[in-house]
Amino acid sequence: MRKGQYRFVAGFLFVPVALYLIFVIWPYIQTFGYSLTDWKGQSQTFKFVGLDNYKALFQDDVFTGAIWHNILFLIFIPVITILLALFFAFMLNVGGRSRAGGVAGVAGSGFYKVVYFFPQVLSLAILAVLFGAVYRSDSGGMLNGFLTKLGLVDPENPVEWLNEPNLVLWALILVVVWHGVGFYLVLFSAAMQSIPRDIYEAALIDGAGRAQSFFRITLPLLWDTVQTAWVYLGIIAMDMFVLVSTMTSGQYGGGPDHHSEVMATVMMRNFLYFGKSGYACAMGVVMLLLTLVLSVFTLRATRRERIEF
Amino acid sequence: MSAPIKETAAGPAPRSVDKTPARPGSGRSEGVVLNVFSHGFLALWALLIILPLLWLVLSSFKTDAQIGGSAFGWPHSWSFDVFQRAWNKGIGDYFVNTVIVLVFSVPLTMLFGSMAAYVLARYQFWGNRLLYYFFVAGAMFPVFLALVPLFFMVKRLDMLNTYQGLILVYVAYSMPFTVFFMHAFFRTLPTAVFEASILDGASHTRTFFQVMLPMAKPGLISVGIFNTLGQWNQFILPTVLMQPQSGDDPERYVLTQGLIQLQQQQGYASDLPVLFAGVTIAMIPMLVVYLSFQRQVQAGLTSATLK
Repeated sequence: MRKGQYRFVAGFLFVPVALYLIFVIWPYIQTFGYSLTDWKGQSQTFKFVGLDNYKALFQDDVFTGAIWHNILFLIFIPVITILLALFFAFMLNVGGRSRAGGVAGVAGSGFYKVVYFFPQVLSLAILAVLFGAVYRSDSGGMLNGFLTKLGLVDPENPVEWLNEPNLVLWALILVVVWHGVGFYLVLFSAAMQSIPRDIYEAALIDGAGRAQSFFRITLPLLWDTVQTAWVYLGIIAMDMFVLVSTMTSGQYGGGPDHHSEVMATVMMRNFLYFGKSGYACAMGVVMLLLTLVLSVFTLRATRRERIEF
Repeated sequence: MSAPIKETAAGPAPRSVDKTPARPGSGRSEGVVLNVFSHGFLALWALLIILPLLWLVLSSFKTDAQIGGSAFGWPHSWSFDVFQRAWNKGIGDYFVNTVIVLVFSVPLTMLFGSMAAYVLARYQFWGNRLLYYFFVAGAMFPVFLALVPLFFMVKRLDMLNTYQGLILVYVAYSMPFTVFFMHAFFRTLPTAVFEASILDGASHTRTFFQVMLPMAKPGLISVGIFNTLGQWNQFILPTVLMQPQSGDDPERYVLTQGLIQLQQQQGYASDLPVLFAGVTIAMIPMLVVYLSFQRQVQAGLTSATLK
């Protein structure tokens, strides 16, 4: 019986563990090793070069520029997405005031939730094509066409949203926010629904307005969820590869003139285009370290006393 | 529970001077301005979601010249030829490739993920905790970290640009989350049923497949939806692993990759309606799945994050 049990355990674990080891764990480990070599990928020979790749990395203006862009994303993507999602979630769950004076979502909240969440099921590739068309740099683009109609943009001289060094990052942030708000709205909604209704109603009887209910009740009780959302959005902001590489100009994106470069695009270009595998591995390691630092920092910085209810 | 109430009770004093606070009537008068504002904003965001998508679908009926000319023209004719053309231009193949990969990768992910999670959740053995953390740790690392060696690993197995290669990689990379989620789920199932089944003489394997797995159905559905969407939308892994390796190696692009490919080609060939029709075709299954399983999709994706 006991022996049979061990055979069963081993039998069930064998395939999953083997697959996971071969395709996930071993490559992760190898990355650290390769990052210390001058491996070019094509040849099987390479030399150990110590920390040279890392030294080169921090003198690489393109890569250090990319880090700053990631940091910009890291600040604005979570802030904008979470604020909008919180606002919408609040309106949809407790923003309405029913005739009897109770607390409920505004009318049509079911419909709004369905619509807002939909972008989340679309692939980033679809978003890239969609927003490529929206940001088109002539009056055929939705945004330019609309602004021309309003008379805000000169039809002879439309805005090149994705080719303007000062605009391209904001254009990308908008896409991520458009994509993500619905998801975090649903996430916050679930958390809000677990807040007992009587708390709101008690506050209402005491004369609290919507803003007060939000800041005094909802936000403190939702803090854990907001924290989770922050970490997830932070990880998205550290990545950004798909949107940048497909929407902006240049091999694996990053244009105009490296103004939208992120770490992941620099890495992929070095790996797949320049064939500098060892160097690309060093970038992978830096990305990992920054992601870990970010997660720990976020969890620390936003830690508060947990409110039980 | 009492703390927040006290706070709010102290707060509203200045505002409630000229109003009797407790009556719903005051809520309504304050509400009118806010209601207009908040409803307006909610409706605006809904429009911001719907309009670009509708506009894109509409654009696929236009001609290329029309698309370039003005953003708000109405199509001259409603011919579905363009969808046929998009399908033949590769979207059909990309679609089929994606389906082939997912038909294998999603069930295999669920099978292996549940097997590992079940054993880890329900059996005591040496190294159990360690193995569990080993699986879960994978979820923390960005996939970029593994890309370079992963490419050469798949190359060494001679599986670059093959379905089986991509399927195995998808299964492996879906493991952390699947194990994590199903582990939590199996722990919540009652032990009594398990013991009854063993006492009745069922083997461990049979107990798993015929008793425990059916009981875990709600969890399987959530993770299944999560994995299906995640693998359907995956872009980075196929971009690296599914490039033709030689001149006569056929293209086996998946849908996401193919759309981007088409986008880059159409930029030169100036046949944008085909690209937009391709996106429309790619969107339809997602829309159908989403609208029919709307609750499960939302629950599956968000509970995934919270657990």
